[in-house]
Amino acid sequence: MNPFANLGEAWRALGANRMRTALTMLGMIIGVSAVVLMLAIGEGAKQSVNRSVQSMGSNLFIVMSGSTSAGGLRGGSGSAPTVTINDAEAIGKLPLIAASAPVSSGNAQVIQGANNWSTQITGVTPEYFTARSWVMQQGDILSQTDVRNAARNAILGQTVIKNLFGDDNPVGKTIRIKNLPFVVSGTLEPKGQSLDGRDQDDTVLVPITTAQSKLFGNPYPGTVRFISVQAKSAEVMDEAEEDMKQLLRQRHRIQPGAEDDFSVRNLAAAAQTASAAAQAMSMMLGAIGSISLLVGGIGIMNIMLVSVTERTREIGVRMAIGARRWDILLQFLLEAVMISVIGGLIGVALGAWGAYGAAMGLGMEVELSGRAMLVAFAVAAAIGIFFGLYPARRAASLRPVEALRYE
Amino acid sequence: MLNESLIRVENLGKQYETAAPDTPPALNQVSVNIFAGEFVAIMGPSGSGKSTFMNLLGCLDVPTSGAYYLHGRNVAELSLNELADVRNSQLGFVFQGFNLLKRVTALDNVALPLLYAGVGKRKRRERAQELLTQIGLGKYGQSLPNRMSGGQQQRVAIARALANSPKVILADEPTGNLDSETSNEIMGVLSRLNREQGLTIILVTHELDVANFANRLIRFKDGVVVHDGPVTHQ
Repeated sequence: MNPFANLGEAWRALGANRMRTALTMLGMIIGVSAVVLMLAIGEGAKQSVNRSVQSMGSNLFIVMSGSTSAGGLRGGSGSAPTVTINDAEAIGKLPLIAASAPVSSGNAQVIQGANNWSTQITGVTPEYFTARSWVMQQGDILSQTDVRNAARNAILGQTVIKNLFGDDNPVGKTIRIKNLPFVVSGTLEPKGQSLDGRDQDDTVLVPITTAQSKLFGNPYPGTVRFISVQAKSAEVMDEAEEDMKQLLRQRHRIQPGAEDDFSVRNLAAAAQTASAAAQAMSMMLGAIGSISLLVGGIGIMNIMLVSVTERTREIGVRMAIGARRWDILLQFLLEAVMISVIGGLIGVALGAWGAYGAAMGLGMEVELSGRAMLVAFAVAAAIGIFFGLYPARRAASLRPVEALRYE
Repeated sequence: MLNESLIRVENLGKQYETAAPDTPPALNQVSVNIFAGEFVAIMGPSGSGKSTFMNLLGCLDVPTSGAYYLHGRNVAELSLNELADVRNSQLGFVFQGFNLLKRVTALDNVALPLLYAGVGKRKRRERAQELLTQIGLGKYGQSLPNRMSGGQQQRVAIARALANSPKVILADEPTGNLDSETSNEIMGVLSRLNREQGLTIILVTHELDVANFANRLIRFKDGVVVHDGPVTHQ
């Protein structure tokens, strides 16, 4: 007997008991759509976190000044002005360091025409753009000349542009920061939120020298708030950190055994934690989906076992008129596979639709990959075979006399 | 005179594994020859072994001792798949309870053995329609069995048994669920098949009226043949 004929028999048997077929299929539909939806949500969350992590800059350290201690009152990180521009330059020359960018920042009111906006003014050097992965939308990054001359050039983030210029092109226009005129020399590509939810686009970049000498002043000349340091690769992070600490202890003449007057923070660790958390969530969501898929599979097995028992006599008749065991096996297996495949297809469609709904209706970030849908569908089909095989074998191994005698 | 022995059974025995240890075998040293074209009625009280005998003849069960030659082939040596093929092509079954597939049309029921024989869809339908017409149910092809009378269902079952043109029809109390008028009608169909097409028919029955359609009677009791001879019409 050819397989297509078997397919026809299976189809007819499913059609003969529509309600039961539909309910069994529903288990599969829910399972597959849950997997697709959960994977889409998990993947979306993972990508969103990864994007934040990447926007922050990769393989990053923050080097901050140590704490002051006055009469037993300790000032916390950065309160003692010990880390200098020269430290930053020296760190930049270490072999494992890709970029070392000193930063001095503060908040100020920015005015353009009738609009004004309070934002963070970040004093930076050209290395900053590399270290923090900023990409220019228009114009060039700040140059060494700008830094040397304490030029009044400003580069604007998207949030600032929106609030000061609306839809106008800001490049070449003049803005006032703390009442000093600055020329907008460029704009930054948007980055979105950082891991801690801060809007990274709400900033104005100016030369560090300008920030220190003209905007915020600097009570301890030469010092900076912190240095953003980028290591050459993720693998050398630990080594680079060690090198950096050694260098700074040397430069700051710290005796062996004495406490550092600076601190180094590894941002990659935080990023890794965030990525790992997103990954864990993604896997957990996948697992929840998989469990419902498993339950659907067990439902198929359950129904197929009932079906085999119920149709024992039919199996006997089919055997009496010449069905081989293989024919019976294939008939029941195909019924199970048909339920799971059709349920799988509907489930994929429903899951995709649900993911689309979650993105549109709830504003969730979802990532629907064709691969995930394919995998969910393939798993559904495999479940049909796996859970269909036992009942089908049971049907095929019935002995004709006994099957015929079954009431 | 018929000289070809279609069915040759030698010292056939069947002991059920599930039976208590000291029970006598269901079938004990039965030897029977049945020739092509015979119409045999098998009678006997319940538990006499006649059903066991039919199941063995139908290749639905395997004997525990003895030999069964169908067309000269020893059935005991066949594999499960070969047995299925023998049932499909050389034997036709008619059951007491009709045993039609309930949710399947009369036409498709008749076509089912052809499906397992690997016949293409169009040919299956043609042949099934031809068989239905032959037994006078040409217009009932699309009817479902539960919409048909008992007599009609049994006719459909007979048409199904004929699908692959077997040499032997095995009928296990084919009239057991029918009233006497319909019984006569069904027996008429069977004896016509025997007369006109030379089909060998082996029939199990409780009723002498039914057995009278046959021309040879075998009686079983306690697993052995107690009578084997021509039917004496009263």
